[in-house]
Amino acid sequence: MTTSATTQVGKAAVAPSEMTKALARPSRSFWQDAWLRLLHNKAAVAGAIVILFFMLVAVFAPVLAPHNPLELNSGKGFLPPMWVEQSATGKAGTPEFILGTDNLGRDVLSRLIYGARVSMVVGFIPTLIIIVVGVSLGLVAGYWGGSTDNILMRITDVVYAFPDLLFFIIVMTALRATAIGQFLNGLFLLFVALALVNWVGVARLVRGQVLALKERDFVLASRAVGSTHMRIMFRHILPNSMGVIIVAMAFLIPGAIITEAILGYLGLGLRPSTDPADIFITSWGSMLLEGQSAINNQPWLLLAPAIAVALVVLSFNFLGDGLRDALDPRLRE
Amino acid sequence: MARYILRRLLQAIPTLLGISIISFILVNAAPGDPVTMRTFGDPRMTEETRQTLRRQLGLDQPLAVQYFTWLTGLAVRSGDQVAMMTSPTNTCAYFGGVNLTVCNTGGGVLRGDLGTSLDTKQPVWKRLVERMPATLELGIASLLLALVIGVPAGVLAAVYRGTWFDGVVRIITVIFTSVPIFWMALLLILVFAVILGWLPTGGRQTVSLTQEFNLGDRLRHLIMPAFVLALGGIAGFSRLMRTETLEVLNMDFVRTARAKGLPNGQVWFVHAFRNALIPMMTVLGPAIVGVLGGAVVVETIFAWPGMGRLTVSAAFQQDYPLVLGAGMFFAVLTILGNLLSDIFYGLVDPRVRLG
Repeated sequence: MTTSATTQVGKAAVAPSEMTKALARPSRSFWQDAWLRLLHNKAAVAGAIVILFFMLVAVFAPVLAPHNPLELNSGKGFLPPMWVEQSATGKAGTPEFILGTDNLGRDVLSRLIYGARVSMVVGFIPTLIIIVVGVSLGLVAGYWGGSTDNILMRITDVVYAFPDLLFFIIVMTALRATAIGQFLNGLFLLFVALALVNWVGVARLVRGQVLALKERDFVLASRAVGSTHMRIMFRHILPNSMGVIIVAMAFLIPGAIITEAILGYLGLGLRPSTDPADIFITSWGSMLLEGQSAINNQPWLLLAPAIAVALVVLSFNFLGDGLRDALDPRLRE
Repeated sequence: MARYILRRLLQAIPTLLGISIISFILVNAAPGDPVTMRTFGDPRMTEETRQTLRRQLGLDQPLAVQYFTWLTGLAVRSGDQVAMMTSPTNTCAYFGGVNLTVCNTGGGVLRGDLGTSLDTKQPVWKRLVERMPATLELGIASLLLALVIGVPAGVLAAVYRGTWFDGVVRIITVIFTSVPIFWMALLLILVFAVILGWLPTGGRQTVSLTQEFNLGDRLRHLIMPAFVLALGGIAGFSRLMRTETLEVLNMDFVRTARAKGLPNGQVWFVHAFRNALIPMMTVLGPAIVGVLGGAVVVETIFAWPGMGRLTVSAAFQQDYPLVLGAGMFFAVLTILGNLLSDIFYGLVDPRVRLG
């Protein structure tokens, strides 16, 4: 992509006829331009499609799942995926259970489909909280400076000096048995923990943007015509920081999904549910934990959630890279 | 420079205080108390002895007082309690004016005592130090691995820019940065330990009666966790080396070297590489910090007996003093790592002014 852009510019510089042609193009806004750049990035588009697919799977899980994810099919435990003719335990896969069954005879595919719900929710909800909190505090700290800014930077120091995962583990072990820890099968606590750690990074990022933008001429001009501080912040500075914020968001989501998977793997994620009325029944992290205990004979129990996690995380990363290239061409490698 | 370092170290004090307060509150927010948990079902334990135990550990005090005791090693109680509080390890005094009994327990974080582990009754400091060699071994091995793989990959990718080799390095870099390390760990265990059976699934050495040192056995245990921990470094180093080498390759002294007829290898690795190496110093600090954070995950998955795994299991067992001590320890190391990288930055690039 980089090369094609530079050659275009180069050609335009040498051939005046082409330059006039380029100038004759209809003018596009920054966002239209970014959108077109994003559409040209194949990896980003593929990532977006995969993400969309998993979002649909999460929403329509009850329709898509071939079996009840909680149903214990007695006598049908540890079945391999349908294409395996004989597993280490001597069982053959059947088309009835496409990805096989776990130790209790529950359908792996159905559990995987329901697990997508947790990953999507864990990816998006904390990220939204993080963005709202981080952006507002970053704006205020960067714009007003002074003690707000000082406090923000000291909090940043504290958060940065502590390994994230250690913090998550302490929070989840300490508060697990409390009322907050049990709300939404433990998901709520996870949201809070993720938000507590990550808002700082966004706030710092936005603060940096504001510091750079508030000295620019258009802000000065706006101030000269008597705009209020609110108007300058939300009408001039915020829209110009939007690109950076969106890119940060695209990388926060996979980070949150990975954290859920690690905590689930450590036995600290979503509490396993046995109530079919629950929206969140199992998570990919919990499935990884169950899968690891059977790693010797039933590796598919580990592989199925592992592939799902990797697919979603890679897709978000590709989309994030694409958004970064599209929204901030200067950052391109 | 000395003033800058001093200022940064002073700035670290409020940071560490903040961390200690937050972790102290969190750790103590857990319902249930450690005394009941550890003596549950013990017929010799009466509620009265439990109460005494709690009082000895100071667990019956308000949180702020507990924090103060943990920090300074001074236990404070209202009223004259000298007789009750004095023990072989405590010296107490009663101050009538403020109606407070103050005991010097001899410890306190500020005096370098991180407390006593609730599980083994050993000093926290000792338990951490015991595990340190394992974490250092893993950390150093992974950094070396990251350098040995990442640096040449980056240099060669720059030299062979635009070829298939560059493309392969680029794709591997993307995969290594975006695939979660715990995921890679599980997959490697599955492939190399379970399916192929070449490497052990975890641990630092094969368990035997004598526990003799066996280098081959140790290396076989080390390779997978070290590699997984090195993933981020490999990607980071190779990306940086590629950019830097590209820049250096276009400089005059490289053209001169080539004009003198020096062989390619010598130009790349002696002239270009040495100059591209300078910025590498600056990413070493963050790399060390990254290894510290990653050690928590990797040690847990590979059952590696290091400080990270110790901390995770302490959190599960609600061994509060150990969790707190380990948290502070990690925080200090992280702050030092960041400071080191800033200092390197200033040394390497005179345009960055410290102060």
